[in-house]
Amino acid sequence: MTLAIHQLLSAGTPSPEAVEEFLRAHRFPVVERSSVTFVFRGEADAVHLQHWIYGLPSAVPFQRVDGCDLWYLVQEIPARSRVEYKLEVRRGELSRLIRDPLNPLLAHDPFGANSVCHGADYREPEWIAPDPEARPGRLEQLAVPAPALGGERAVTVYLPARFRASRRYPLLVVHDGEDYLRFTGLKTILDNLIHRHEVAPMVVALTQSQDRLRDYAADAGHSGWVAGELVPWLEARYPLLPEPAARGLAGASFGAVAAFAAARRHPGRFGRLLLQSGSFAFTDIGPSRRGPAFEPVVAFVNEWREDPVAIAERVFVSCGVYESLIYENRSLVPLLERAGMQVRYVEAFDGHNWENWRDRLREGLSWLFPGPFWFIYE
Amino acid sequence: MPTVILLGPQRFTRTLSEAAARAGIAGRFASVTAGWQEREAEDLELHEHLGERTGNLSLYARTEDAFERDPALARAHRERQEKLRELQALYRIRLGHAQAALRELAGRESDPELLDEERTSALAAIRALDARHLERVAEVHHRFESALRPRARPALARHRAAVERQLERSEAVLVAGGHVPVLLNRLRLFGFAELVGQRPVCAWSGGAMAMTERVVLFHHSPPQGYGNTEVLEAGLGLVRGLVVFPHARRRLLLDDARRMELLARRFAPAECLTLEDGAWLIDRDGTRESGPGLARLGTDGRVAPLAAA
Repeated sequence: MTLAIHQLLSAGTPSPEAVEEFLRAHRFPVVERSSVTFVFRGEADAVHLQHWIYGLPSAVPFQRVDGCDLWYLVQEIPARSRVEYKLEVRRGELSRLIRDPLNPLLAHDPFGANSVCHGADYREPEWIAPDPEARPGRLEQLAVPAPALGGERAVTVYLPARFRASRRYPLLVVHDGEDYLRFTGLKTILDNLIHRHEVAPMVVALTQSQDRLRDYAADAGHSGWVAGELVPWLEARYPLLPEPAARGLAGASFGAVAAFAAARRHPGRFGRLLLQSGSFAFTDIGPSRRGPAFEPVVAFVNEWREDPVAIAERVFVSCGVYESLIYENRSLVPLLERAGMQVRYVEAFDGHNWENWRDRLREGLSWLFPGPFWFIYE
Repeated sequence: MPTVILLGPQRFTRTLSEAAARAGIAGRFASVTAGWQEREAEDLELHEHLGERTGNLSLYARTEDAFERDPALARAHRERQEKLRELQALYRIRLGHAQAALRELAGRESDPELLDEERTSALAAIRALDARHLERVAEVHHRFESALRPRARPALARHRAAVERQLERSEAVLVAGGHVPVLLNRLRLFGFAELVGQRPVCAWSGGAMAMTERVVLFHHSPPQGYGNTEVLEAGLGLVRGLVVFPHARRRLLLDDARRMELLARRFAPAECLTLEDGAWLIDRDGTRESGPGLARLGTDGRVAPLAAA
């Protein structure tokens, strides 16, 4: 197969019109099976691809086409991948890190957004799009007392469609809940999966920390608030099922550590955990490369790893193979299993971003809180 | 056998009144919405669609009341349900392995002389497993019926008599879909087939599944696992020779010829029919008339629209 870029260049330096036509005729980067062609057009002294694939050289140089302002780079990227990247464009002494001007697709992470390349055969799941047949749930904005932490905390509560006070529901507490709503479209996903009966109708409490690097770093005060104040407060207000199997915690990155820590510190309270790309840094088999923010996490995870006890009945763990945290998450799984928990572990060709976490929600939620889809034909 | 009208899902495309008129039903309907469980009474839309000609038989609520009044019945019923759940789980284990073997053989390239018979045997093993499962479930039901005689117990007999009186004022009976095991359970508990007699029955989605001889649960793209189609138990058998698949476009991989072929061959000689929105089929003791929206799964793997009569 001749790649599109090689066809363009087959007759030598292309004319400006031919370059225009090439740019107009393709979506960028150009994905041709496993070959992906990144393209930049503009004056520069050097262009590099800065990608977020852990373990590979992070800056890969583009090649300039002789006699024109077109730059390109062909990379091999596995099918079904999503790869985050930016372009480093250097001109003289000035170097700029920019999103790909030719690619409108973005991946969001806790710190911002990058361009993202969808490899061959990657498809956005159909269940993330609003389904006109799905009955919508509703969101309630609440202020929950947090005396131990000082003041109160804003919490958004998702109530499923056709919520009724005479029925009892499972509860899931989601860390970084507002980000889940904004970047994964969690409300739409819950509406869809509950409508399809793939996930049980459930109440979801979406929390958001003002200082997540402190609260979520296995902070005992935060764990205590979640288990000792937030959950009882919700139980007093909503008809929730009392058993641990109907009570879960979720989070991504540092949020996963917060979920893990709350379950660890309050045994028997939470039966379900959804841990996405958790920042489970440890040092028992070598030093951590992480920064000072991870120190409390390292101490907490090391302690658990010394004596890995069960902290829930079912744990869903997911991680992207392109993130550096793949090492920590892979290391966690056998210990969770050895401690006697049911573990579902999923890896994706993806990075540390919200779209990765979004794409795993159907599998995770339906395993932790299965709905009766198999039996219902409305 | 009563005239039975099988319909596709009714939430967005309501064909119920049109199909009922086609079958010559002009009077009142008694409705069964027990598959909606605790939402059984939320049938206002149905009532309005049929020009306020319906009365709900409330089989779900009546059963709950009977259980409350007769704890021995409730306990025995709960134990039976636990037994059925466990039986289904055991069947599922064997089915999973049998299906995996069939899939592996279906994808294997080998001497046709050797392979064809192995494939045929693998499918026969699944058919035998299905048949044995149906027998075992029937045995559990039989033991429960013999030991408890539920319809003779005052707590249920009282409700059954009330249902009979409601039916006397009804020309036909509607059966909505929903949770199929719950629906079937309530229909069986009340002796639905006997109660209905020769009144026409209009049933849609899960309700249509319950009217056939075999209730088949299916989803080819579940959130977990492969989605092995499984037999639940015998239906009421008011329609013979059919296995119906409502919401087929959403729940089946209709373009996967191999899976379609295996479904059709697994349940042959019964016909496998998809029931999409708008579909209708009228069965008058085996003589059938149908409209658009029905398709037949062929043993060649093709899904062909059923010619409208």
